This record gives sequence, C-alpha cells and structure tokens, in this order.
Amino acid sequence: MLDPLARLGRRVLEALERLGRGHLLLLAILLGLGEVLRRPRLLWEQMFNIGVLSLLIVGVSGLFVGMVLALQGYYVLSQFGAAESLGVMVTASLVRELGPVVTALLVAGRAGSALTAEIGLMKATEQLSGLEMMAVDPVRRILVPRFLGGVLSMPLLAAIFSAVGVLGGYFVGVGLLGVDEGAYWSQMQAKIDFDEDLVNGMLKSLAFGVVVTWIALFQGYDTVPTSEGVSRSTTRSVVQAALVVLGLDFVLTALMFGD
Amino acid sequence: MAKRRNLELMVGTFVALGLVALFFLAMHVSNLSLNTSGEGYLLQARFANVGSLKVRAPVTMAGVRIGRVDSVRFDKDTYEAVVSLRIDATIDSIPDDTFANIFTSGLLGEQYIGLEPGGSTEMLRDGDEIVHTQSALVLEQMIGQFLFQKAGESG
Repeated sequence: MLDPLARLGRRVLEALERLGRGHLLLLAILLGLGEVLRRPRLLWEQMFNIGVLSLLIVGVSGLFVGMVLALQGYYVLSQFGAAESLGVMVTASLVRELGPVVTALLVAGRAGSALTAEIGLMKATEQLSGLEMMAVDPVRRILVPRFLGGVLSMPLLAAIFSAVGVLGGYFVGVGLLGVDEGAYWSQMQAKIDFDEDLVNGMLKSLAFGVVVTWIALFQGYDTVPTSEGVSRSTTRSVVQAALVVLGLDFVLTALMFGD
Repeated sequence: MAKRRNLELMVGTFVALGLVALFFLAMHVSNLSLNTSGEGYLLQARFANVGSLKVRAPVTMAGVRIGRVDSVRFDKDTYEAVVSLRIDATIDSIPDDTFANIFTSGLLGEQYIGLEPGGSTEMLRDGDEIVHTQSALVLEQMIGQFLFQKAGESG
C-alpha cells in the first residue's frame, strides 16, 4: 500500500544525494584549481583533447550554420526590402545565441561524452582507487585539469564558431545572393554592440563551459563501475548537459538581454 | 620530446585561433571597429541633416556603387553634418557641380548617398567639397508636412 510512496521518496532522496555529491565535487574541483599551476602540462593535454580535437566539428558547423542563416534570413528580409540588414541578423543570432549554445551542445557531444567515458573507465578499472592508494588526490590530478581545460576551451570555440559563421553568412549573403558588401558589414558594425552582444555571448559561453564540463566529470566520477554503468553515464552526461545548457541559456538570456 | 612539442604547438595554435576569432568579432563585427580602407580619394559634403546615414554606407552614381562613406561628423560652428566620401580611385571624373543626395533604399532600408553629375568641366579632386547637397528625407517630417498641407486645404 505504502510501497509506491516509499519508492517515490527513495527516488527523490537519491536525486538530492546526487545533486549534493555533484556540488561537493564542484567545490573540491574549485578548491583544487591551484594544482594546475604546479603542473601546467596536464592542462595543455586537456585543452588539446577538448579544444583542439573539437575544432573541426565546431568550425564546420559554424560555417554551415552561418550559411543557412544567411539563406533563410535573406528569404524573409528581402520580402520587407530589408536585405541590407542580413549582416545584423546573421551576426546577432550567432554571437548572442547560436554561437554559445550550439558550441556547448557540440562540445557536450564531442568532448563531454569522452570525458565521462574516460573517467568512468578509470573508476571501473580502479585506477582512481589506485591513485588514492598512492596518496595522489584523483580530483586534483585527474579532474581539475579536465575541468579547467573545458572551461577555457569553450569560449574560444564559441568565438571561432561565431567568426566562421559570420564569414559563412558573408559568402552566401554577399557572394551568392548579392547583398551589398558595405551594407553587410556597416549595418552589422552599427548595430552589434561590443558589451551588450559580444561580451554577454562570451559570458554565456563561459557559463556553458563550466556546466558542460562539470556534468561530464561528475557523471564519470559518480558512475556505477561496470561497463553498463559507464555506458549509461555517458548517455546521461550528454543528455543532461544538453538540457541544462538549453535551460540555462533561457535564464541567462532573460537576465542579460531582458531589459 | 618531439611529441610534447607537437602538443604544445597544437594547443598554442588553438588558443591563437580562438583569440584571432575574438579579435575579428570585436574589431570587424561590433561597433569597436574603426576600419577604413585606404584606397581611393576623399570628398567632403555638408548636409543639414544626414538622417541615419552610416559609415561605410554606399556612395552611388547612376545607381552604381562608386565609393563608400568614410566618416560622418558634426561641425559645431555651422551646425551641419560633414560627411567624407571615399571614392574609388578609378572614378576620377566627377564634375565640381555634382549634386549629392541622401536616399533611402526601400521604404525602411539603409540610407546611401547618390551623386548626380553636373555639367562642369572642372573635376573634383582629393579633399574637395561637394557644394550642392540635399538632406535626408526624414519620414516623420514628411508625414508632418503632408498632414499640415491637408489641414490647410480643408480649412
């Protein structure tokens, strides 16, 4: 009779416990951030894994997103005789929204899943326990460089995404559709504000970097140490990161561009 | 050792790429940009009102773009807007009685400068001023005038 209620209670308590463990892990990571100063090489390695290896997918996606935006935008704007505003539309969409969000989703899929699987396997094969046996703190040695690498790579990748997208929009808009080149750039420069648009976009991206890497690391660190558990954690890492990024994006947009 | 160097090289390239992208966005896309292409020659034109004319807006003659707006500034002595136009170097035969208008492309589109050549045999050179200008048509003013006229007719 009371079984379903008890099950519900257990579910909620488990979720709360996970949430608590996640925040404790984040706290431990933040406290250990100084560690990378002693071993910067670990950070370079992770920036390579997360940043450099994501360059291709981020760059190509940015190019095509920019080109599609220009095509679609031109179709609508030309109906109002405002095709000159194409540059503003493409750039504002990229810098404010699509750059940070799509980059975060791509990184969650490309690098976040890899982080979860790597750390999950380390746990499953008891490498993390091994480190602890040798009195090496796995949080500082394994998680901190990965966290910082992800957080630092994300805004750089988003900037590359937006820049490539603007160029893609330029190729299609000016090269293919015949929008005036000067109008494309001048309207853009007149309407895109440095603080309002660019800095806010980069702040968003930084926040996404923290969230995506944190979720990936936690899912790996908290995994059930079996092959099935690792596979489940990897899936969960991508799904949760995507959901949280999209939700957080709404909140940040409301805060930044609300008034 | 070589492997480590490769790693550092790749990460360095990645960070540099990211910074270049940021710099590009800041300087070329946002309003921080102050880029002016150094080609062609400059002409000045004074307008009572430039409307929403932007730097880098096209300068056209017979509908063909022959230059761009280089800068728009305010002359505090005459209360006029001074627009400098950068004309392509190949267009070196603009008569000195040319008329400069500020037009709008489409009803709500971007504003640009249209030049109508005069009949003079003297050509404008670098730094010269276009004397004959007509201000931008401000939509609100036109509607106001229209309403005023209508009121005058009916009353």
